Amino acid sequence: MEPLLVVKSLVKHFDLLERGIIRRRKVGEVHAVDGISFEIMPGETLGLVGESGCGKTTTGKVILHLEDPTGGSVMFGGVDVFQVFGKGGNNEDAKKLRRTMQMVFQNPYNSLDPRMTVYDIISEAFIIHRHIPKTRWKDRVYELLRMVNLEEYHAERYPHEFSGGQRQRIAIARALAVDPRFMILDEPVSSLDVSIRAQILNLLIELQQKQHLSYLYISHDLSSVRQISQRVAVMYLGEVVELAETESLYDKPLHPYTQALISAVPVPDVGRKTMRIILPGEVPSPINPPKACRFHPRCPYATDICRQEPPNLEDRLARGHYVACWHADKFV
Amino acid sequence: MKMAQKLLEISDLRTYFFTEAGVVKAVDGVSVDVDNGETIGLVGESGSGKSVTAQSALRIVPKPGKIVGGSIKFEGQDLLVKTEEDMRKLRGPKMAVVFQDPTTSLNPVYTVGKQLTDIISLHRNLTKGEAQKSALRILERVGIPEPEKRLKAYPHELSGGMKQRVAIARALSCEPKLLFADEPTTNLDVTIQAQVLDLLKQLQKELGMTMVMITHDMGIIADMARRVTVLYAGKVMEVADTVTLFTVPKHPYTEALLKAVPSVAQTQSLDVIPGNIPNLIEPPSGCVFHPRCKYAKEICMKEVPPIEKVSEGHYVACHRSRELKLEGKGS
Repeated sequence: MEPLLVVKSLVKHFDLLERGIIRRRKVGEVHAVDGISFEIMPGETLGLVGESGCGKTTTGKVILHLEDPTGGSVMFGGVDVFQVFGKGGNNEDAKKLRRTMQMVFQNPYNSLDPRMTVYDIISEAFIIHRHIPKTRWKDRVYELLRMVNLEEYHAERYPHEFSGGQRQRIAIARALAVDPRFMILDEPVSSLDVSIRAQILNLLIELQQKQHLSYLYISHDLSSVRQISQRVAVMYLGEVVELAETESLYDKPLHPYTQALISAVPVPDVGRKTMRIILPGEVPSPINPPKACRFHPRCPYATDICRQEPPNLEDRLARGHYVACWHADKFV
Repeated sequence: MKMAQKLLEISDLRTYFFTEAGVVKAVDGVSVDVDNGETIGLVGESGSGKSVTAQSALRIVPKPGKIVGGSIKFEGQDLLVKTEEDMRKLRGPKMAVVFQDPTTSLNPVYTVGKQLTDIISLHRNLTKGEAQKSALRILERVGIPEPEKRLKAYPHELSGGMKQRVAIARALSCEPKLLFADEPTTNLDVTIQAQVLDLLKQLQKELGMTMVMITHDMGIIADMARRVTVLYAGKVMEVADTVTLFTVPKHPYTEALLKAVPSVAQTQSLDVIPGNIPNLIEPPSGCVFHPRCKYAKEICMKEVPPIEKVSEGHYVACHRSRELKLEGKGS
């Protein structure tokens, strides 16, 4: 099977500007995303985890060309995304591609226009893309609402009349309105209450199976990532440090950062007591990321080579478990 | 034998918010006991009343909220009859709180040093120099690197984890007997959360402090608390020691919470809790959880279940707790 999405050596640097007398001048660069690559198969969910500032949200935005890339390429179903959305791209092609790739944001309190009814929010896509005749709009809106387990009468209401979980359902229905093949889900359950999270996670899984969707699930919450993803990529300071099948990554993490990250999550279970690995210090600034292996200043296993040469993301054990660590074979 | 006195005894607390839309019964008959030196957990979702319970004990309920009933005793003294002046003397040396968001709980226009020394000199009658030294020691203690430099820093110059450490340092600066930790790690990254939880545990051991851990995260409860009170819509659902609560829960809400929360340790099928958190202006009749409860029967809609003892230290408010066989975790 051909992958649906191929991200290759994606780079995004933000210029750091300082106000000068006449014009602003560049004083540095934030290395938000620094050369990451991955693929997503049709119908697959890839989880992208990392802590704040690691570049996971920027990665999502650059894939959809909501931010200009600094380098690298994104192929979607054989189409070069940056070329279509870029300067020389054709408007019609861009619209067509936009229909296939959608995004659901973290906060349903500010991703929905408070002055539009749910009907207007969902049918706005029909106005733009004109992919279904006007006579069918109403039916389609109702159908979409039912798909996300809302009722037809909700169409006439405004966002403020809904709870957080219901709003996130509306945001999902809006994304589905254009029949996408791929959705980027950026922390879709993080702002919801714990008893509501399972509703949305299960809904996303169900929709994926029915509509044969592919997801890029971006989150800092390792528990929900485990729940929804088939494969998981772990980011640290703009780089992917480990990428593997979900079970393999969670049960046998090979990168010291992944190990610390997983061990740090409190487990809602009194039967299992695991040792927490406490990392010293904090994530360094992405303006001047550490040389060579970016994790070395906090890594308990760091040696000279880690300070001198950056490790590549490699399948060191030849079983589809990619890790960027010089000492990964120690942890097998 | 004389029973050891409880450090904090909250009984039948009612704190209501008188809003334009109606009366919000944020805390509606909550009782919590805290023994000297233990860590108890208050677990619940938004609107469960967990934070308002702590605010009530500290008498810092924001307007238009008011404590309308019940009693709060600290070391045997009734806090609800104390004057504001007396309460101010208690806050700091006796009871302190760490809030969820250090960005809003620290004052942005004062340096870290000023915020710490003000409190220390107010409560401990120290000279400026001594207070300064004491502030330095407490910053060191909470694991802040280069504390001399940080004393002169403003909150915005610090990262989220550092700010929360400063907030903890401030709460601990007068060595309180009781610390309310209100979602102290919710805004932090997991690796920083691990550092802060570890720090709290360690400080508690060293200082012999009593702690009330307020959180929505069952994982943090499992890790930190010895006993747990589960709150929902302003009412107590279940009280038990942590191991019992997780292994043999007696309330359907507790069971549902345990099954609806994904775990990093395993992939499991998640049982959905249907519906939404109820509106507290017009809470559901009978048991507040009945509209979302899969075991609800007619009686649950009509009568409020009393809180009953099921075994030593295990209390539950459910009409059907005796007949139901509920599933726990990690027995």
